[in-house]
Amino acid sequence: MLGLNKNDTTLFLVVLGLTLLAPFILNPFPEGTGMAQFNAGYPDLMQRFVIFGIFAIGFNILFGLTGYLSFGHAAFLGVGSYAAIWSLKLFTLDVIPAIIFAIILAGAFSLLVGFISLRRSGIYFSILTLAFAQMSYALAYSVLTPLTGGETGLQIKGTDTPLLSNVAEGEIGRANFLGMEMGSGFDWAAGGWAFTFNLGYYIAAVAMLIAFYLSIRIFRSPFGIMLRAVKSNQQRMNYTGLSPKPYTLAAFVISGMYAGLAGGLMVAMDTQVGPERMFWTASGEVVIMTILGGAGTLLGPVLGAGFIKYFENIVSKINKDILHNWFAFLPDGFEDVMVSLVYPFVGKGWHLTLGIMFMLVVIFLPGGLVEGGQRLMGLFRRKSKSSEADEADGTEPAE
Amino acid sequence: MDQFIVQILNGLDKGSAYALIALGLTLIFGTLGVVNFAHGALFMLGSFCAVIMSRILSASHKVAVPGETDFLGNPLMRDQPYVYDWFGEAAGATIVDWAVPISILFAIPVMIGVGFIMERGLIKHFYKRPHADQILVTFALAIVLQEVIKYFFGANPIQTPAPEAFDGSLDFGSWLGFDPLTIMYPYWRLVYFLFAALIIAGVFAFLQFTTFGMVVRAGMADRETVGLLGIDIDKRFTLMFGIAAAVAGLAGVMYAPIVAPNYHMGMDFLVLSFVVVVVGGMGSLPGAVAAGFLLGILESFASMPWMVDKLPGINQIIIYLVAIIILLTRPRGLMGRKGVMED
Amino acid sequence: MSNSNFTRRGVLKTGAIAGAGLTLPTYLRAQDSGFTNAPTGDTVTLGFNVPQSGPYADEGADELRAYELAVEHLNGGGDGGMLNTFSSKALDGTGIMGKRVEYVTGDTQTKSDAARASARSMIEKDGAVMITGGSSSGVAVAVQALCQEAGVIFMAGLTHSNDTTGKDRKANGFRHFFNSYMSGAALAPVLSNAYGTDRKAYHLTADYNWGYTTEEAVRSSTEAMGWETVNAVKTPLTQTDFSSYIAPVLNSGADVLVLNHYGGNMVNSLTNAVQFGLRDAQANGKNFEIVVPLYSRLMASGAGANVKGIYGSTNWHWSLQDEGSQAFVRSFGEKYGFPPSQAAHTCYVQTLLYADAVTRAGSFAPCAVAEALEDFEFDGLGNGPTLYRAEDHQCFKDVLVVRGKENPQSEFDLLEVVEVTPVEQVTYAPDHPQMGGADATLGSCNNGA
Repeated sequence: MLGLNKNDTTLFLVVLGLTLLAPFILNPFPEGTGMAQFNAGYPDLMQRFVIFGIFAIGFNILFGLTGYLSFGHAAFLGVGSYAAIWSLKLFTLDVIPAIIFAIILAGAFSLLVGFISLRRSGIYFSILTLAFAQMSYALAYSVLTPLTGGETGLQIKGTDTPLLSNVAEGEIGRANFLGMEMGSGFDWAAGGWAFTFNLGYYIAAVAMLIAFYLSIRIFRSPFGIMLRAVKSNQQRMNYTGLSPKPYTLAAFVISGMYAGLAGGLMVAMDTQVGPERMFWTASGEVVIMTILGGAGTLLGPVLGAGFIKYFENIVSKINKDILHNWFAFLPDGFEDVMVSLVYPFVGKGWHLTLGIMFMLVVIFLPGGLVEGGQRLMGLFRRKSKSSEADEADGTEPAE
Repeated sequence: MDQFIVQILNGLDKGSAYALIALGLTLIFGTLGVVNFAHGALFMLGSFCAVIMSRILSASHKVAVPGETDFLGNPLMRDQPYVYDWFGEAAGATIVDWAVPISILFAIPVMIGVGFIMERGLIKHFYKRPHADQILVTFALAIVLQEVIKYFFGANPIQTPAPEAFDGSLDFGSWLGFDPLTIMYPYWRLVYFLFAALIIAGVFAFLQFTTFGMVVRAGMADRETVGLLGIDIDKRFTLMFGIAAAVAGLAGVMYAPIVAPNYHMGMDFLVLSFVVVVVGGMGSLPGAVAAGFLLGILESFASMPWMVDKLPGINQIIIYLVAIIILLTRPRGLMGRKGVMED
Repeated sequence: MSNSNFTRRGVLKTGAIAGAGLTLPTYLRAQDSGFTNAPTGDTVTLGFNVPQSGPYADEGADELRAYELAVEHLNGGGDGGMLNTFSSKALDGTGIMGKRVEYVTGDTQTKSDAARASARSMIEKDGAVMITGGSSSGVAVAVQALCQEAGVIFMAGLTHSNDTTGKDRKANGFRHFFNSYMSGAALAPVLSNAYGTDRKAYHLTADYNWGYTTEEAVRSSTEAMGWETVNAVKTPLTQTDFSSYIAPVLNSGADVLVLNHYGGNMVNSLTNAVQFGLRDAQANGKNFEIVVPLYSRLMASGAGANVKGIYGSTNWHWSLQDEGSQAFVRSFGEKYGFPPSQAAHTCYVQTLLYADAVTRAGSFAPCAVAEALEDFEFDGLGNGPTLYRAEDHQCFKDVLVVRGKENPQSEFDLLEVVEVTPVEQVTYAPDHPQMGGADATLGSCNNGA
């Protein structure tokens, strides 16, 4: 289907199903129960899952295929975000042009950075991209304040009157898609459950499905094979008369455009940009997402992105009160002991838990979460004693 | 002119910290081939060795102050350090005052121990794994270490002053024939520079002039051959990891009076120290040291008021700008070896 | 398609009435309440959005303690704290309008993206009807804009930049904390009394929004007193060692150094300045002096003995002897064992003010609450008589000028109040040029759904 082989079609359909049904899948617990804390099916987090999914998919095209580890990808996300917000402020409140501007500008910037940085390889390349990103961050924070709003960042203001949109005097414009606002949607209450269907999420989800589909096509194309060749042996590639540079540069720009798309979508969903979006920790985050999920696999980066964003947004919100509620069934003394045992790992300690999870995954699952999934599947298969003929999974772990 | 000299001193001072951290990173990389993202955290742990030592030395019991009350109206309790009880008020005060230098003795075994545990317990299993995995696991370890420190010491900086004997500044100007009081430099920062120079010289001498160092250098150049010669190179490399951790730790201990230790100071240094290592050239010890001092001095110059006036923002980006220029003109940094970390 | 933004609890309940389990989509516009996250049932949820990781985590932790205390008092627990001294007697310890107060917490990480994500989850997932907290102006401005868009009230925590109620003011946002302008206006007379009127100042300014507004405020008010500004140098926010910025100061002809730094920046730049001997130095025949416009006790403890004798301003200090402050310090101290910080104070007061406004308005609807808060005059919350000005939603109250104490009695006893600058002296016109001029407007209040 759509030019994909059988395995890839299955994979794509699975992702399609998961994405479209996310409001159900992410809200498995009924409202009002103690477990509802773990529900992730609210618009903001659903949007973040797919947006960072796009970011990581794009990063994986560069890192997973060519092995070039960029440590400055957040700069492209930031540039895309700034482009998008200016489009909303000056041009039109419709998100589609904003996203297109974001992709174009991020692509142009990544062409510049890539052209220079790709003159070196290995860690020298990583440090060059890092240097460009850190410079972008520092300048956006300070000297470029008129353009970037400095620390406060940019938002749509009451004084903004976009060229093509009719905004009443003093009214704060809202980003929309063909006149429909990003926040619009409806809730569906069924039994104890509440499911939120949000327009913004579905726009981002469609963008991610397109991005995912393109990434499958790139992985399977002759171009993708060339990129793998860059990773496995550049010298041999040179000897066969092929120059690796145009291929890597193309991959770099494509992944920069993915980052720009993610940045544009972030602004479309939540009309605000700040420079810390370009800080090196943000670049590091996408590296971690990709490796954690499984670099070089199709699905891994998306899983990694979801894993990290879930921790950041769900575990950080568990406070002492909630713990007391959970352990309320225990006798008083035990309750306090349990709370004080668990408390360092949740709420303000969520970083600690995240760090420990990273270590466990990297140590025990060298191929990332995808490998974990495969092992689990393997376990089930062995149990059902089916023949292990079709071991050739579409997703192969990183080397 | 006098301002230039002051900024050179500042640069040497900053450079010493960069150089010490970069030296440790390069030692680990050169011997074990591991990219250690937890190195900043080791520096931070070193600083907290100073904090812990001063806490231990000033461990105290409560004594009520007659006639005074605290903010809730209860009798005011004053902390009375045990060392005051044991050695008398004056000697006790001196001991507390000298906490930072004393903690050097404490930090060396602790940091070597930490290095040992890290290498044997974790890093060992990652020699054959891709660099990306090494980066991720050491980065995760750094997060865990700093969160543990945050849990016990909070997020605020903790003031850890140098001994009173080092308060005040040396008047360089009158030494060099300038007007007096034009070039002043704090004593402790001079101590830091000398200390760093001593450690750097010590590490180089150790590698250059001892048999152990010779074996390690041979191992860095060709691990397999040294192994074939029947030398247990792994054991020596483990020790090198401990030494590298101790170098980072000592850099941190002595830095505590300059910048009050806080739990994320390691992350602040991490990126910079990687830039230093790479600008110096992967795997080159002299390169790391040279790049550390070079970037430190350039950073100081760039933050002079008239530089910032002419080129706004230059103080924010100078290090990265210089890194880009150097890497574009010298493909492997200042003194990098061919083929190291290039794929 | 309807234009609902947020909420879910209300819907759940409406849905339940429509017949539990019925598969009818419920459009939010159908909500009767007419505003976002109208509390249904017998509880109301507030969102406490504070930094729990990153450099301001300790300040965030103190804010959270204050919020927990405020909730306890609102629900009738504890000794009632400032409820007993508050001039408005609308609150009676039965929650807010008879609804028990519940709360959710989140981590801003002192990053505007993370802060907005956390605030959105409180609004979208937990049904919070008010968001409060924060420890930096960038975050406050970002979250305030979000609350305006979503149609909930934002009660700012610690944010000192002029912009929060200046050029970025919003109809749904309110600030109790003082601002850069007030710091400058309060400090200048005290400084000229202490150090004379012909001083030459050298500013080191953190290179971001708050630094700019503070430098501008302190500069213009000290220059009006006759001081001269020799130089103003911007320092990167991520700087830890300020030696290369401090070293040129002594030979610049200046005799006062103003450190427009906060948090870790302040601790390090002040420590460095003392190391370089600036506090003991002489310049232009006078003693060299250092000024820190915004003090925080939590941060001062990081700077240790270096703060001794150095002037600054603060919003509130636990050693104040008025009834309200005493009541608050007592209940906070008895619960946690140490005195509260100014961040804790402002957060506690903001929660009470919100609850009181809701009760007086008789509604949780943001526009009604805003109306109740506008031009509200109150007393007994630790700062003396205070006005919540309608034009910019900024509180006007006395400002404390403090100095680092020479002989601290305990680890909390670091600052002494040297002057309480009366409110008239720090009041400014709503269209003051430092506050965004005539262009700055609140816009209209937003009830959301």
